[in-house]
Amino acid sequence: MRLAAHCGTAANRALPRLSRLPPLLACLPLLLGAAEPKLVPDVSDTQVDIAYSFTGANLLLFGAILYPGGRPPAPGTDVAVVIKGPSEPLLVREKAKVAGIWINHASERFRSVPSFYAVATSRPLGQLVSPRTAAIYEIGIGNLLLSPANSASAGERARFEQGLIDLKRRSGLYAEHVGAVSVREGVLYRALVPIPARVPVGSYTAETYLIRNGRIVAAATRQIGIGKSGFERFVATAAERYPLFYGLSAIALSLLLGWLAALGFGRVRR
Amino acid sequence: MHLYLPIAGLSVNALVIVLLGGAVGVLSGMFGVGGGFLTTPLLIFYGVPPAVAVASSATQITGASVSGLIAHSRRQGVDFRMGTVLVMGGAVGSLLGGFLFRVLQKTGQIDTIIGLLYVALLGWIGLGMARESARAVVARRDGRSPPPITTKRHRKWIAALPMRWRFYGAGLYISPLAPFLLGFVAGLLTVLMGVGGGFILVPAMLYLFGVSARVVVGTSLFQGLFVTATTTLVHALTTHAVDLVLAGLLLIGSVTGAQIGSSLVQKVRPERARMMLSLIVLTVAIRMALGLTWRPDAIYTLQLL
Repeated sequence: MRLAAHCGTAANRALPRLSRLPPLLACLPLLLGAAEPKLVPDVSDTQVDIAYSFTGANLLLFGAILYPGGRPPAPGTDVAVVIKGPSEPLLVREKAKVAGIWINHASERFRSVPSFYAVATSRPLGQLVSPRTAAIYEIGIGNLLLSPANSASAGERARFEQGLIDLKRRSGLYAEHVGAVSVREGVLYRALVPIPARVPVGSYTAETYLIRNGRIVAAATRQIGIGKSGFERFVATAAERYPLFYGLSAIALSLLLGWLAALGFGRVRR
Repeated sequence: MHLYLPIAGLSVNALVIVLLGGAVGVLSGMFGVGGGFLTTPLLIFYGVPPAVAVASSATQITGASVSGLIAHSRRQGVDFRMGTVLVMGGAVGSLLGGFLFRVLQKTGQIDTIIGLLYVALLGWIGLGMARESARAVVARRDGRSPPPITTKRHRKWIAALPMRWRFYGAGLYISPLAPFLLGFVAGLLTVLMGVGGGFILVPAMLYLFGVSARVVVGTSLFQGLFVTATTTLVHALTTHAVDLVLAGLLLIGSVTGAQIGSSLVQKVRPERARMMLSLIVLTVAIRMALGLTWRPDAIYTLQLL
């Protein structure tokens, strides 16, 4: 009901504004007409479990492109896959040298920063879509909408955004994988996206875009859950929910191990 | 072998962490210091979030302290009365420290405060110990007996404090307020810096109070045990930053290392041991000072809101 209402009003509006809102991507094919191809996406894991041996994972995103009326696939079909982690508000601090010492001197708030962002494309981004389209669909790290909250000037905002992105890239949480998507015969595509070990937990979205002649002709979204499992989940929940019990267990563990070591070595010496 | 740390949120090589704990354990067994002042920066260097590094190394020191304390109490090397007074001061200090930690975290200057505290404290203590131990080593080489550690056995301000107690193990007759204040300062710094307080207590007891050298290490470990246990609890309740897996790995290394260290130190002359400790402390201080003045690796830092 709500979606239909959105589609109705959106038809009167400019397309760019509409597509900034992710839920509305669903009604995009309606606007584009029935003659366009359809995406049938899937993902190797809809649930990634972080257990004690977790050192990262590889997500395989694959699917088929359905052409209406059995029309033979036209050459020049490209696919871009965007994986986004849950958004979080962040404070970015900037260090500066004051009296010979590096201290935090300025900061900038960002209201919604994706905790994880990876884009995989079949060709370099610049050759795929126009900068305008890339910005609308947030394809590419440089096109992320980070919603800064209290910036003084555009230059300052850009500086903080650059610092934020640079940090995220260094820790592997933001990545661009050019050429990581392969499209076979114009009908099958697959993308392998690595997920690093220090990935934050939460609900992820994988958006797949079918691109032809610089235009996005179809889009589809899948949900992926990343969560701690087993002992790791137990420890993380215990630390948050039962802090007193958790702290006492930590102390008990250290007392026990210390006592055991003294006992063991005492035996050896005698 | 890689293990995922559930609170730190990253995967580490378990063997590296155990060896790191072991190396720090050897140092603490030899010199009676907790070793948190080495663990914390090394863990941060490895990529562990600072809060988690500080909180988890406190848990590790508790284990190393128990391990060492048992060995020392077998040789009557603990003044439990002085230890108890130090613990009371430490309890008050670590509670205030936990509060300060949160306030500083909000203003975003915690890194700088921690850095400056490290440099000032380590530099001051390291230089003092280096000078004293160098004199003792030179005296021993020239065939003289080393000079006594404290020249002024009763410092004026300590003697001026009201109410005197007799501390038999330490061989002192002083006001309990002096060890109480010392414990308070040590507790405060333990929470802020993840340091077991030992490397403040040992020099202070030796040089300021003139406590008998026989009980210094054991008494410091007794105090460290309680203060780090409290610190762990405070961190568990306020910052939720204690990582049991990380602490467990560090503990396995450090409780073993502490035993190895405590038997190693019996083969080294005490003034040489003090000199080695002062050199280690100075190295850390210089490294931290350079870290503050050199252009940092990351100009920008992130904090969740």
